[in-house]
Amino acid sequence: MATPTQETTGAVAVAERSLLLDARSVTMQFGGLKAVNDVSLQVHTGEIVGLIGPNGAGKTTFFNCLTGLYRPTSGSVHFAGEELPPKPRQVVRVGMARTFQNIRLFHNMTALENVMVGRYCRTRSNALDAVFRLPRHRREEVESTERAQELLDFVGLGKATDTLSRNLPYGDQRRLEIARALATDPRLLLLDEPTAGMNPQETRQAEDLIFRIRDLGLAILVIEHDMRFIFNLCDRVCCLVRGEVLLEGPGQVVQNDPRVIEAYIGMPATDHTGQPDEPERGEDGNA
Amino acid sequence: MIKLPISDEQLQRLQLPARIAGIVGSALMAGSIAVPWSYDPDALDDMSFAMAPSPLQLHFLVLALLGLLAFAVPLLGRKRLGKLARLAAWNAAARTAAGGGAVVALVAIAAIGIEAGGLVNTEPGVWVALAGGILALAGGLLLPPSPEPGLGRMKPPRWVQIVVIVVGLAAVVFAAAYALSLSEGGEFFLFAALAVALVLVLKEWGAFGWLSIAAADNKRVLVAAAFVAAFSFPFTQGGSDANMSIAAQVLVFAATAMGLNIVIGLVGLLDLGYIAFLGAGAFTAAMLSGSAFATINWEPPFWLTALIAAVVAAILGLLIGTPTLRVSGDYLAIVTLAFGEIFRLTMINLDGTDGPNLTHGPNGIPGIPNLNFFGFYFGDPQHLFGIETGRFANYFWLMLLVMAFIILVFTNLNRSRIGRGWVAIREDELAAEAMGVNTFALKLLAFAGGAFLAGLAGAVRAHQYTSVVPEQFVFLESAFLVAAVVLGGMGTVMGVIIGATILKVLPEKLRFFEDYRLLLFGLLMVFMMRFRPEGIIADERRQLEFHADDEELAEEVELELIAWHDHYNPEPKGH
Repeated sequence: MATPTQETTGAVAVAERSLLLDARSVTMQFGGLKAVNDVSLQVHTGEIVGLIGPNGAGKTTFFNCLTGLYRPTSGSVHFAGEELPPKPRQVVRVGMARTFQNIRLFHNMTALENVMVGRYCRTRSNALDAVFRLPRHRREEVESTERAQELLDFVGLGKATDTLSRNLPYGDQRRLEIARALATDPRLLLLDEPTAGMNPQETRQAEDLIFRIRDLGLAILVIEHDMRFIFNLCDRVCCLVRGEVLLEGPGQVVQNDPRVIEAYIGMPATDHTGQPDEPERGEDGNA
Repeated sequence: MIKLPISDEQLQRLQLPARIAGIVGSALMAGSIAVPWSYDPDALDDMSFAMAPSPLQLHFLVLALLGLLAFAVPLLGRKRLGKLARLAAWNAAARTAAGGGAVVALVAIAAIGIEAGGLVNTEPGVWVALAGGILALAGGLLLPPSPEPGLGRMKPPRWVQIVVIVVGLAAVVFAAAYALSLSEGGEFFLFAALAVALVLVLKEWGAFGWLSIAAADNKRVLVAAAFVAAFSFPFTQGGSDANMSIAAQVLVFAATAMGLNIVIGLVGLLDLGYIAFLGAGAFTAAMLSGSAFATINWEPPFWLTALIAAVVAAILGLLIGTPTLRVSGDYLAIVTLAFGEIFRLTMINLDGTDGPNLTHGPNGIPGIPNLNFFGFYFGDPQHLFGIETGRFANYFWLMLLVMAFIILVFTNLNRSRIGRGWVAIREDELAAEAMGVNTFALKLLAFAGGAFLAGLAGAVRAHQYTSVVPEQFVFLESAFLVAAVVLGGMGTVMGVIIGATILKVLPEKLRFFEDYRLLLFGLLMVFMMRFRPEGIIADERRQLEFHADDEELAEEVELELIAWHDHYNPEPKGH
């Protein structure tokens, strides 16, 4: 399997873990509702951090605050020492890319074209270059195509180059979304429920893929409901409940904390929409 | 396809009788031209003689014989046919030819009835043709559906492809010249129906799959040949300016529609005030034209005028786009409609009462002189190859160059990083923004770029029409531009050219219908939206967007994409 050979992602050896994402007291208020309340979270290079919490805890809202889709009511977000720019596309340029909870691929584009859209922010050719087919356009087209194919190979979709993304199986669509995000050369990848709707085998493959991405030197922040997945994967786990950080720490500690278990199981079953089994299983497995 | 309440088994047993009915029906259609169709020699192109068919009847004969052939060939049996059986969809072609024949016969009956004043003027011939058409159609409907024609997968030698392309384009030029030479009304309408029927028969037969591969393999030849064909069109008119005037108007209209096609077809923004950009270009060129009524006393050479006009239009595009592109969908349509009207009213009011006199108000700027371009005076007729061409032929040729430039801009932008960004915006604007695409700048670029092209067309238009008046840029013109794009096929080059041609030529040739023109036009739009929202020539991606639930179509398009990929990268991908 070919591995991407991009300078920004090539540095595998992470001797010193430097601070990459630094969110401080982020609060997002919609009218009277505080969806995210005073949440602080740090992510270092080469780290996989999990974000868990029952439905409605504000995980995705927090993601949107980080990626510029929402502007936090208060608090600050710094990325690699700099304050995060306000617009989503600027956030991507700085080096933070995301996937979506409900897959948002460009459905009528092929897999390759989807990934090539991710290259947009790393290419510069303008309308004149394109109209008159100037050297910059030609060079960038070749580069983008090659890099996109490399990334498709990397996530295991090397044979699906010309498949329309809407014709891909569900699990492959999730992987394509990851490839598209990787095409923007991120330093931090935000994954919003990357295994939702996957069977155990696909989940294992996704796990493997995320490890391989980490090995490229990227930091990963991942929202998940599958507890086994999250504790296998993450160096650190942060648990959000009702918009606030309940607990943050190594996987083992969070997993066994009675407050986390209570946050999941102690709530009415109707609020869980099909997820209440997960923490129980995690608990049993370690008892 | 129409589904008949008959089981497959019954269909198999009915196959031979159905085929015979089709053959008899087609033969009746072919034979009917030996008998007069009309008593009145003035109706249509004189179909009143026995054994002396008129040109239109001869065209009808071609359609009938094609149907006869398509019905009869499968009779030879699979063995003797060999490859031929699988290459083409004979049954589908036969069905279409029969249906087309019946419709054309109906049109002829109606035309004779109207032009000669009563159905009593029809002679048995046309009724025989109708009966034959209906009989053949009945036979055709009972035939089993054809398998996918194999022509699209055939790879013929290069020279065959080129010969077919050249012959095909020559046929298009002659058909266009012939159609324009026909008198208004029934004759033109009948020919149009015949031409559409013939094209549909070829399409069903499977010729288009073959043609699209031939076109893709010989892109340069095709482009050059199409350009030569268009260039030679004025020579078919024998120096007459009447039709060339229409042709040059069609080109201006099509060029503007192509600019709008960037906005609507590629980015998916609905702009209902687009005519303002054509107007901006036209007014700028008129002010700088050196006309006695020009309001600016400076007459730069035309290439500079055209550039200034295009830039002015583009700046107007930026001015309009910056505030309006923050809204989307219906709101954008309403706001752009308003801006289109504001432009027209501004032009009416720039008459010197309040502010500068730039446009002479409602009177506009008349008396714009002909172009004098690098010593080439556009007012003179040209003598080329011993054929005289008139004034409008000059503008036709100039617009052809402008059109070539616009097509270059359109296709190259479409196939670039910018084009991919546009598709992404169309599909999911939020996701595009979250993937780093500068959606606002890209939308603005489309707006300004389209306006630039429209301004360029406007500069030529000012000289071609010799006067520029605010009332030429009413909302209805914008609506027609949108209609040309939607009717022809959003996001395609050929489609929009065809759409623009239809919308400009039909009103010229169907003057008797003038009072009902907008009614007809509205019905056409409703019909298109219901049955073929992607337009006459469909952009594949657009087609998928309009048929989001059609899994079959998605599979089909994908297979085609993969086939093309393999076609161009024969060696296996080595990764």
